[in-house]
Amino acid sequence: MKNILRKTGITSVLSALVFMAGINTAVSAEDTIKVGILHSLSGTMAISETTLKDTMLMLIDEQNKKGGLLGKKLEAVVVDPASNWPLFAEKARELITKDKVSTIFGCWTSVSRKSVLPVIEELNGLLFYPVQYEGEESSKNVFYTGAAPNQQAIPAIDYLMNDMGVKRWVLAGTDYVYPRTTNKILEAYLKSKGVDQKDIMINYTPFGHSDWQSIVAEIKKFGSAGKKTAVVSTINGDANIPFYKELGNQGMSAEDIPVVAFSVGEEELSGMDTKPLVGHMAAWNYFMSIDTTKNAAFIKQWHEFTKDPKRVTNDPMEAHYIGFNMWVKAVEKAGTTDSNAVQKAMIGIKFPNLTGGTAQMLPNHHISKPVFIGEIQDDGQFMTVWQTNTLVKGDAWSDFLPESKPIISDWTAPINCGNYNTITKKCSGQKF
Amino acid sequence: MILNGTGRLAMLFLIAMLLPLLFFSQQINAQEVTSKANSDVTEILEVKADFSSALLALKQRSLSKRAEAIKQLIKIENPRTIIILDALLIGNLFENRADGSLLIAENQGDYYAASQAETGDSIGRLKKADIKKIRLSNRLRSQLRLLLAQKELYLEDTDIRMQAVKTLAKNPTKEAIQLLKSVADSEQDETIQQEIQLILALQDMTSSDKNVRLAAVESLKQHTSLEAVNRLQHMLEKDSDGQFNEPDKQIRKIAKSALVKIEARLQVYATIKTVFFGLSLGAVLVLAAIGLAITFGVMGVINMAHGEMMMLGAYTTYVMQLIMPNHIALSLILSIPAAFIVAGLVGIAIERGIIRFLYGRPLETLLATFGVSLFLQQTVRSIFSPLNRSVITPDFMSGSLYINDFLSFTWNRIYILVFCLLVFAALLQILRRTRLGLEVRAVSQNRNMAKAMGIPTDKVDAMTFGLGSGVAGIAGVALSQITNVGPNLGQAYIVDSFMVVVFGGVGNLWGTLVSGFTLGIANKVLEPIAGAVLAKVVVLVFIILFIQKRPRGLFPQKGRAAES
Repeated sequence: MKNILRKTGITSVLSALVFMAGINTAVSAEDTIKVGILHSLSGTMAISETTLKDTMLMLIDEQNKKGGLLGKKLEAVVVDPASNWPLFAEKARELITKDKVSTIFGCWTSVSRKSVLPVIEELNGLLFYPVQYEGEESSKNVFYTGAAPNQQAIPAIDYLMNDMGVKRWVLAGTDYVYPRTTNKILEAYLKSKGVDQKDIMINYTPFGHSDWQSIVAEIKKFGSAGKKTAVVSTINGDANIPFYKELGNQGMSAEDIPVVAFSVGEEELSGMDTKPLVGHMAAWNYFMSIDTTKNAAFIKQWHEFTKDPKRVTNDPMEAHYIGFNMWVKAVEKAGTTDSNAVQKAMIGIKFPNLTGGTAQMLPNHHISKPVFIGEIQDDGQFMTVWQTNTLVKGDAWSDFLPESKPIISDWTAPINCGNYNTITKKCSGQKF
Repeated sequence: MILNGTGRLAMLFLIAMLLPLLFFSQQINAQEVTSKANSDVTEILEVKADFSSALLALKQRSLSKRAEAIKQLIKIENPRTIIILDALLIGNLFENRADGSLLIAENQGDYYAASQAETGDSIGRLKKADIKKIRLSNRLRSQLRLLLAQKELYLEDTDIRMQAVKTLAKNPTKEAIQLLKSVADSEQDETIQQEIQLILALQDMTSSDKNVRLAAVESLKQHTSLEAVNRLQHMLEKDSDGQFNEPDKQIRKIAKSALVKIEARLQVYATIKTVFFGLSLGAVLVLAAIGLAITFGVMGVINMAHGEMMMLGAYTTYVMQLIMPNHIALSLILSIPAAFIVAGLVGIAIERGIIRFLYGRPLETLLATFGVSLFLQQTVRSIFSPLNRSVITPDFMSGSLYINDFLSFTWNRIYILVFCLLVFAALLQILRRTRLGLEVRAVSQNRNMAKAMGIPTDKVDAMTFGLGSGVAGIAGVALSQITNVGPNLGQAYIVDSFMVVVFGGVGNLWGTLVSGFTLGIANKVLEPIAGAVLAKVVVLVFIILFIQKRPRGLFPQKGRAAES
């Protein structure tokens, strides 16, 4: 205990020194390109976002080794919005106005992104958002490198329906914007495929829900009506362990009622006892277990950078990898880091992803991605059981919701709008 | 094979009949015999070669080819087949990276104890990097389970046989039904016999013979089986043409009465289940709150860091598991005293370092302990990383106590319920019978008087706080078995804990117990009706209204001391 205390004491002193040194270099070296990193390093979301900060530091470090960008060195400016949504907006403003960063990589939850949005649009900044999200948004200043619903949720449903013969559906989620919107889209999609209302069960639970007994019992009952049933889970990180544990304890195996999750990745699995999870599924655009030379090199680099051979890689990390490299290419193409020029240059940029395809930035600020469905193995990795043949293009406005069906996003001339109604031929006044 | 044999016999017979007529026929016969012997030998060799090659075929990368390999392998009669496929099913079949042979290996902490799959010869310890797992997908797993079940019907062990019957029941192919019919008569075990009869009865429900259907429906009455309910309901439903699925009116009537009977039983089971869910949720609440009942209830200190004491207990469990990775169950049991000591010592340190300067100033105490809680969270974050840590559940705590298709109790909840009652009883005895308990009660009733009587109130305060924190640590051990072990563990429970203590009546352990169970059951009764989110809201509103009416909770403290 004493040792540990001393150690943390020393590290905090050290980090303070490093921080001061950071300020010094910032003052002395004017000739750098600054990259803002806006990820929570404390609070609830630190669990997921810390990794992304480290990923960005690694990518920036690597770019500097290659000689930097436009002849200048890149410099990371790390801030901590502490899982506090209004603070995200404040910190974003600080990054753009005070630190004068060229671009920001950050945010995880949709609510944090929504809180940054007005700031970044007002100050005409750039934000790369690396997490799968509910769609129904497209901002001129944001590049969405994570999956839109048609790049994760819809293909997963297709797999379950066509390959597994699932007839009854449980849509279980945590009670906030991402699961609610995703489930709305999924419900509309299922109905368009002829699924009856009585074969769909929708359930919401509070954040960090830990007592799943009655809900699991209900799912079990719902799933025992003689039709193949699957659970589509948008349950958020922390509530997952008790959920899967309860599933296992109540004797619901993945062979009877499989659960396909959209928020459980390698990182989350590394903190779980994987025994009750084996066979359950997740849909992502990247798995650490995918065997390509690029992925192997990325994992090796990650292990060397973190000095921990057990650290896992995950989907949002790949999104940052693609996003960062696309930004670098766009800046090189534009010859400047000016926000407007880079925004223009970004569209159409291609960069190879880690799983063997080539991602392309689309006019709607989303990228094309492959979709993988994997089954969880007992070592916390995924075994790919299905994947799309081609890359799927991200669709900002879902075609399965009546209100967003006619809407498209296109940031190239002549439309130049993130919210364009193809029927009325009008761009909504809303900027995003 | 059999046809071939009889064919050969017939041939021999014919030749024997013709023997007197044909002189050289004997020669042919002799030739026949030797060639037969020869073919036998080659057959054995072939089977052996088949076995090895079928075994190696399991290594193929493509999942569909692997499925094919499993089908081939199960056809080959070999004593090792079932052992190997069993190992494959539970994930113990590996490929040796060195020579590509297949191994059965069991994880024993740092290394794997391996043996050759084909022969069963042990080859000692191997490292994880030396071997590569043969993986299965869900589809392969259920296919394999089905194939194995057909073999396992003939095994000695009744549990395995029962499991096999149940697996076959899930997927009643013609082949499976045939197989079950053939073993039905020879089956000695009564429960298995019953299970088989049930499956056969279910099968008979789709028979075209009216009498067979009638008999099947009659026999289903006694079974509390999910499948039976589904089938009976199906009989009473109308198909898309408006016709009943079951054409006969009389059978429909009987089916209806059978369904009513079963459903009456189900109602009882559902009630028992809800009460159990409520009690187990209540047990968690009581465990989380009981430490607080001591510090808040007895000492009057609003300790916002109470949740972090639970977190420390949970992390202690994690550390204990790291120390003894091969004895998970033992490490869990040893975690209980360890967590008590760790959390208790931290509690004493907080009391001595901060709280004792703030007695009588509740607002400052609240803020100071809130600061402590943030400090503890961040400390844990920097030592163990912000990620959740995985705490393994020992085998005796996973799974459930199966009673029938509709009623089963999960073991971890049963244990936590029992554990909660034990902790409560122990705490009650400490407060009643020990010197510490006596002093604590004295100080909480009248501090000045107790001081005048020579009780070292400073020391008692520290010990009480330590005791409350230690109990919170123990609660953390229990929580590590049902929820995440992460820096935010405590935050999730702190509000609930205060709610339980306030509702139960400050300073009363019995109140905490009753209020915990009441809130648990109320929550679980409301949850299916109102949904999890709304259920919580309703309970909270109820507590607020209750506190308005009875500000001192369910069991208010009585006597002069309580009036102040």
